[in-house]
Amino acid sequence: MNFIQNIGAKTLAFIQTLGANVLFLIKICCLLPQTLLRPRLTLRQMYFSGVLSVLIIAVSGLFVGMVLGLQGYTQLAKFKSADVLGFMVAASLLRELGPVLAAILFASSAGGAMTSEIGLMKTTEQLEAMNVMAVNPVARVVAPRFWAGVLSMPLLANIFNVAGIYGGYLVGVEWLGLDAGVYWSHMQNNMTWSYDVANGLIKSLCFGMAVALIAVYQGFHCVPTAEGILRASTRTVVSSALTVLALDFILTAFMFVN
Amino acid sequence: MKKSILEFWVGLFVLLGLGALGVLAFQVAGGKDFSGSTPSYTVYADFSDIGGLKPNAPVRVSGVLVGRVASIELDPKTYQARVALNINQQYTFSNDVSASILTSGLLGEQYIGLQQGGDPDDLAAGGTITITSSAMVLENLIGKFMTNFTGSKDNKTATEEKTE
Repeated sequence: MNFIQNIGAKTLAFIQTLGANVLFLIKICCLLPQTLLRPRLTLRQMYFSGVLSVLIIAVSGLFVGMVLGLQGYTQLAKFKSADVLGFMVAASLLRELGPVLAAILFASSAGGAMTSEIGLMKTTEQLEAMNVMAVNPVARVVAPRFWAGVLSMPLLANIFNVAGIYGGYLVGVEWLGLDAGVYWSHMQNNMTWSYDVANGLIKSLCFGMAVALIAVYQGFHCVPTAEGILRASTRTVVSSALTVLALDFILTAFMFVN
Repeated sequence: MKKSILEFWVGLFVLLGLGALGVLAFQVAGGKDFSGSTPSYTVYADFSDIGGLKPNAPVRVSGVLVGRVASIELDPKTYQARVALNINQQYTFSNDVSASILTSGLLGEQYIGLQQGGDPDDLAAGGTITITSSAMVLENLIGKFMTNFTGSKDNKTATEEKTE
């Protein structure tokens, strides 16, 4: 009996959190004029969430591409179709792996940092102090971080994709001896701007919004203790990863299934 | 942090991201299908069997890409597959151009190959290609081969199989 009660309570709590997140998103969007008036706040956050994530994103992209090149080449060579390696690497990166892995990496590096930063501000009553000084903490602290995440995410996904494709090139062409012209031409013949590149961009924009929203929401609503911050940043990473994967399935079903 | 350094790094980051997008658009996708892509016109072709042809499949002449398959529908009157082809504006074909569904390589994708005719009049936009040959379906091919094979060996059994 307890078990069934638990399921009900969890479901209710989930729906409640979803609603609260959407309301928080609306609140952030309503404060957009105030955010635009002070672009330097967003710029500063873009430095922390975007620029500082470039290295981990580029290196992971390179390795993911190299693994794709290695596995793809050895498996495709069995069917005498190693020619399509370039297309396979580009398609899997642009359509799925690029946006998804970049978002998950972004959540664990920048998202967790965002949550704990806002959480620490809450714990040390800086947000309260802002309220007292008639400064809206959502406009001053939350919104710049959110928009910085939304803007950084597609750029990071692009960097991830390019690093991955050159990683695949490195292994497939330089190491395993596939012809360079074949690698690029098959890719260029089968990838299109409107279908693959643009849809990947839309995906990464959606993931950026989801991850940034979860990060700022968890930070802003955490229990203001050391343990509360810890739990909140763990929750950010876990629910961001789950949300990104679920959202990816939904978006793929819309975009890539004829 | 000093003001200018912050802006420099963020600017570099944005440039890097947009540069990566440029690489994806031009190096990976080959600049294809870019918004404002080459203008095209639509012609139609009826096939009795399209095999595994899909929308967005290439249309080639002498192996050169001249357009793409826009849509495939079943004509409710003739029960033939009506394929709409988007042909790049810069290419025109004669009225008696023929279209056939071909396969690139043994396991490759299917595409439409056009062969220019001799008619001096051009095929207008919205026109229909009348001379078409359908996709080669492996089962039909094997079926034909089997009947021919048995036919040459023993004419009697072949005719029996046909009548069945």
